[in-house]
Amino acid sequence: MAVPLAVRYEIEELLAEYAAVLDAVDLERWPEFFTEQCFYEIIPRENYDRGLPLAIMRCESKGMLKDRVVAIRDTMMYEPRYMRHMISAIRVTGESPEGMTVEANYAVFETLTDELTRVFNVGRYIDRIVHEAGQLKFAEKHCVYDSLLVPNSLIYPL
Amino acid sequence: MITVTTPTTVDRHWPAEGVTRVPSWAYSDPQVYEQEMSRIFCGESWSYVGLEVEIPHAGDFKQVTIGDRPVVLVRDEAGAVHVFVNRCAHRGVKFCRVPSGHVQRFTCPYHQWTYDLQGHLRGVPFLRGLKHQGGMPADFSREAYGLESLQVTVRHGAVFASFSAHVEPFADYLGPTMLTYFDRVFDGRPLRLLGYMRQRIPSNWKLMFENIKDPYHASLMHVFLVTFGLFRADQPSAVYMDTTGRHACLISRRGEQHATSDTKDIRNLREDFTLHDARLLAPVREFPGDATVVMQTLWPNLIVQQQSNTLAMRQLVPRGPGAFELLWTFFGYEDDTEEMTLKRLRQANLMGPAGLVSADDSEVMKLSQDGIAPYAEATGVIEMGGRDIEDTEHMVTEVAIRAFYRYYREVMGF
Repeated sequence: MAVPLAVRYEIEELLAEYAAVLDAVDLERWPEFFTEQCFYEIIPRENYDRGLPLAIMRCESKGMLKDRVVAIRDTMMYEPRYMRHMISAIRVTGESPEGMTVEANYAVFETLTDELTRVFNVGRYIDRIVHEAGQLKFAEKHCVYDSLLVPNSLIYPL
Repeated sequence: MITVTTPTTVDRHWPAEGVTRVPSWAYSDPQVYEQEMSRIFCGESWSYVGLEVEIPHAGDFKQVTIGDRPVVLVRDEAGAVHVFVNRCAHRGVKFCRVPSGHVQRFTCPYHQWTYDLQGHLRGVPFLRGLKHQGGMPADFSREAYGLESLQVTVRHGAVFASFSAHVEPFADYLGPTMLTYFDRVFDGRPLRLLGYMRQRIPSNWKLMFENIKDPYHASLMHVFLVTFGLFRADQPSAVYMDTTGRHACLISRRGEQHATSDTKDIRNLREDFTLHDARLLAPVREFPGDATVVMQTLWPNLIVQQQSNTLAMRQLVPRGPGAFELLWTFFGYEDDTEEMTLKRLRQANLMGPAGLVSADDSEVMKLSQDGIAPYAEATGVIEMGGRDIEDTEHMVTEVAIRAFYRYYREVMGF
């Protein structure tokens, strides 16, 4: 749907900044893109399409996002890797008092230090974005992925 | 001094130390893999193929792979569950192409041979030819070309299949101890399907079984589990096996969680980590007895996971000696409250390819394969907890791995 250019610009800025923060593994800044009562999930498309609720990563508040970050930093064991997000085909698909619904395609590449870069995960973001203290925040972010078979492990958020 | 031999010179003799050693070639040799596919997965074993709740109605089906052989799980009009090879009797086409769905009949896309839900061949286009030309020979009998059917058994909602006509009854196959633990989760209550996770792990499939039969690593590598007292070396625990050694259960009972002299070896224990949102954990006891974790490994392709309130079937699909797929099916019970379902979904954060705990395992299994495969002449050591194969009332042991390889050698003739 048509939205004022300034709004679209703001949304694109938000997504670009989001990608930059994740690509830089600046994980402590990741929860700050979300509202306190946010909902974030990475869910296989086969579950999403069939109405099955199971996600591979499910955070029901900003606190849970922070807990995920602490776990990634301090408790999980994994090989070093680079991630690179490509976000495109951004569309505002709805607007209501609860915020804007924004959808976008994403592709995330993964580079392990001793392997060729590979397409790690491809899917779409289905976001609900709200204004909070003059900034856009994700109230909901659903990463619905087509790449059902995850290549080994998913460490960093998408 | 390292003696290097090339893989072609490795002779496939098991090391003299027996079950306390695993030779590297068992994880990397393509011929060993081929033999595993025929002797183990097509042999006298019951492979997990799915849950009844996935195919509730007549005509519901699901694609499954046993070993590396594609099959189809389907329910017929009478409510019976069948498993057919996913291979048209005509030219061998893998006729079922979608992961799951609903059909009246299966039709092969190539020449439209059609099979009913019992696997009978119902339709052969141009069977008698067209305008008196062509057609099958007069003595061609459709009855002789049904879909090849596997043995099927259903235990309280879980479906298993076997390529062998001589496989023992499922209850005998599990043995009394394993059956008791299986029935603990599958107690006859109707299940609720919560969803799937899939990952491809670049390691030999046996390393997954070793991982879940190895409580020694769990209390060291899984800092998240240890930090939150979900599984710790100082908790009361046990490892039980069946008499053959092919199946096992790791059992943990929740205890106090604080640092003691017993936990000083747990290098990464993070006692200062408290959750911002405690709803992530907050497990509730739901099974009789004091076990909070029961991880059951069932030969040859299943792990039944009960970790607090997450219930899942982890199905192994080997993909060559150096890779396998791990397919997770999470479930609860039909009578779960909404709150219980939410607990299961939240705690699922610990499991799967992004699991706060399980991702450690998929990562380390890759490192295992990376270290094992290039050194085909080397051997792994499995001596923690001794050299015997006896049920054990603690978790500082690798006994269930020893038991697994005792049975493996028997089946494989090594």
